[in-house]
Amino acid sequence: MKKILTLTVASFLTFSPLVHAAESGHKLENQQWSFEGIFGTYDRGALQRGFQVYSQVCSACHSMKYLSYRNLEALGYTDDEVKAIASQYTIMDGPNDEGEMFERARKPSDRFKSPYDNDKAARYANGGALPPDLSLITKAREGGADYVYGILTGYEEPPEGVDLAAGQHWNKVMAGNKIAMAAPLSDDIVSYEDGSPTTVDQYARDVAQFLTWAAEPEMEIRKRTGIKVILFLLAFAGIMYSVKKKIWADVKH
Amino acid sequence: MASGTREKFDNPVIEWVDSRLPVFSMMQKEYGVFPTPKNFNYFWNFGAIAMVMLVTMIVTGIVLAMNYAANADIAFSSVERIMRDVNHGWLLRYLHANGASFFFIAVYIHIFRGMYYGSYKQPRELLWILGVVIFLLMMATAFMGYVLPWGQMSFWGATVITNLFSAIPLVGDSIVTLLWGGFSVDNPTLNRFFALHYLLPFVIFAVVFLHVWALHVTGSNNPLGVEPKGKQDTLPFHPYYTMKDTFGVLVFLIVYSAFVFFLPNYLGHPDNYIPADPLVTPPHIVPEWYFLPFYAILRAITFDITIPFTGIILIPAKLGGVIAMFGSIAMLFALPFIDKHPVRSAVFRPWYKIALMVFVVVAFVLGICGGKPPEGIWVPLAQVCTVYYFAFFLVIIPFLNKKEPVLELPASINDAVLKKSKKA
Repeated sequence: MKKILTLTVASFLTFSPLVHAAESGHKLENQQWSFEGIFGTYDRGALQRGFQVYSQVCSACHSMKYLSYRNLEALGYTDDEVKAIASQYTIMDGPNDEGEMFERARKPSDRFKSPYDNDKAARYANGGALPPDLSLITKAREGGADYVYGILTGYEEPPEGVDLAAGQHWNKVMAGNKIAMAAPLSDDIVSYEDGSPTTVDQYARDVAQFLTWAAEPEMEIRKRTGIKVILFLLAFAGIMYSVKKKIWADVKH
Repeated sequence: MASGTREKFDNPVIEWVDSRLPVFSMMQKEYGVFPTPKNFNYFWNFGAIAMVMLVTMIVTGIVLAMNYAANADIAFSSVERIMRDVNHGWLLRYLHANGASFFFIAVYIHIFRGMYYGSYKQPRELLWILGVVIFLLMMATAFMGYVLPWGQMSFWGATVITNLFSAIPLVGDSIVTLLWGGFSVDNPTLNRFFALHYLLPFVIFAVVFLHVWALHVTGSNNPLGVEPKGKQDTLPFHPYYTMKDTFGVLVFLIVYSAFVFFLPNYLGHPDNYIPADPLVTPPHIVPEWYFLPFYAILRAITFDITIPFTGIILIPAKLGGVIAMFGSIAMLFALPFIDKHPVRSAVFRPWYKIALMVFVVVAFVLGICGGKPPEGIWVPLAQVCTVYYFAFFLVIIPFLNKKEPVLELPASINDAVLKKSKKA
């Protein structure tokens, strides 16, 4: 009977991967990430480099409106560094005591500055295509970090006989293979201070890790808590099993 | 409830309360000494597990509601605020979102237990029917809960499912307008769904109370399906089953926690992390996994039902699908009245056992079909499975009523237990 039970539970659990089939014909390559597995953590160096790539490249078109500058402390920046980063950007505040709107430097408590005022402006500037907000992108796409890495490194010459409209580019990972974003990365466009290679592959890897953190900033505490919770439940279940066994010892059932 | 003669408690405070409101006597009678068959297997843990999940859902849900804003403009970002800025908000939300899945897992196993061991049969018909009512309420609650984050799948799932009601002749369109609070899924829809999502769990709680009440009138069924004949067949609920249930609940919570902490989005759909956009339809709209078998039945009816040779459409395909989907649940309501075979447990019903196991496989296959786009092999496969689903209730069980041989049952639970332990 125990066997049936485990089978039932197991089949319920194995059942759902069938539910989400990948929609693009291309199969994503599975990359190695430091944040995988139950003990996985983010690599602070990669997060800072990824943030650098985001701010120098991606942020030209992509917003991250659910993040505030104060969140960057989790990347290993000090208070002062975060203040300095925030103050590079301005925000329209107000009205002040005289009823006027005024522009001021951003503070750590302010959200990331969006490149466009609204979606219409974003579309207008990008030939009708809307660059998606990146705060949740790794959770909003099948494959997560693998997908982001795959898109950024997936640009190829279109196969013969395929006509691309103006403003379209060929990407092997994109659903339908046609993407409005031109290949954003090329070697040496961002200079790293820590001596990491300045290649497209490294940039893509770093920014994918940064975006995973942005989508799941709670991941490290979540996994740490999970290990404690499960150890506690295992111990408690063990005790209850012995209690149950002892109580039932004299009963024929 | 507890009335008539009452045993005195030694503790003066308990005695003072109990002589005025006999809650302690009631607990003692219903959960202390309550005679329970002694041969339960671990399938009998799932009632308690489902109860724990219901309470988990209500508690996490109330706290989430303190931080959630049911407004189409800010619902999505209020959920993100819960995930990022509310203390342990991520834990609350992941417990709640995965809790829905695990509540359904527990309830599906609980329903299977009932079908396998014939727990729906006389005198437990009403107990079973109340259970199906709970299941139906759970489906409504879960559906409306999935709409609240106001992501793409929330919005489009709500659009597809509410549109089903438009298939009802004459009043369909008015019903849909009423559900939406307008002429499309929009802010009024979100508001009423939130109100109902908060209300229905308490209705579920009330029906669970009736379900348990009915259970305590008839007593539990057991794996042999033979009614207890006396004291030698039963054990007091406490400590035997309180302790066994606690163990079972903990094992279940381990699996649940593994999902909450390590795979929190595994059972969800990535599209729901994209804010709802009425102008962009996702390529492939799917409901949550626990609805997929019913979704497959809905989509299996791809043809109009016409009056032969006239070409007059009697039931359009859409209405046919809706009827089939609701019909599949109606079958569960009717089950106690369809199955007239005198033997309860499938242990002593070799034919029924096979038919039921095929039914379980069919339900799984339907689930897979429901998650696939309605094209190619998935459509005829879903149709064949739908036919079996209904045939199981309407053809196979009535056939077994008459034809399946009645095997000799053990004289009593105690008898069977003694024989088994002698063999071992």
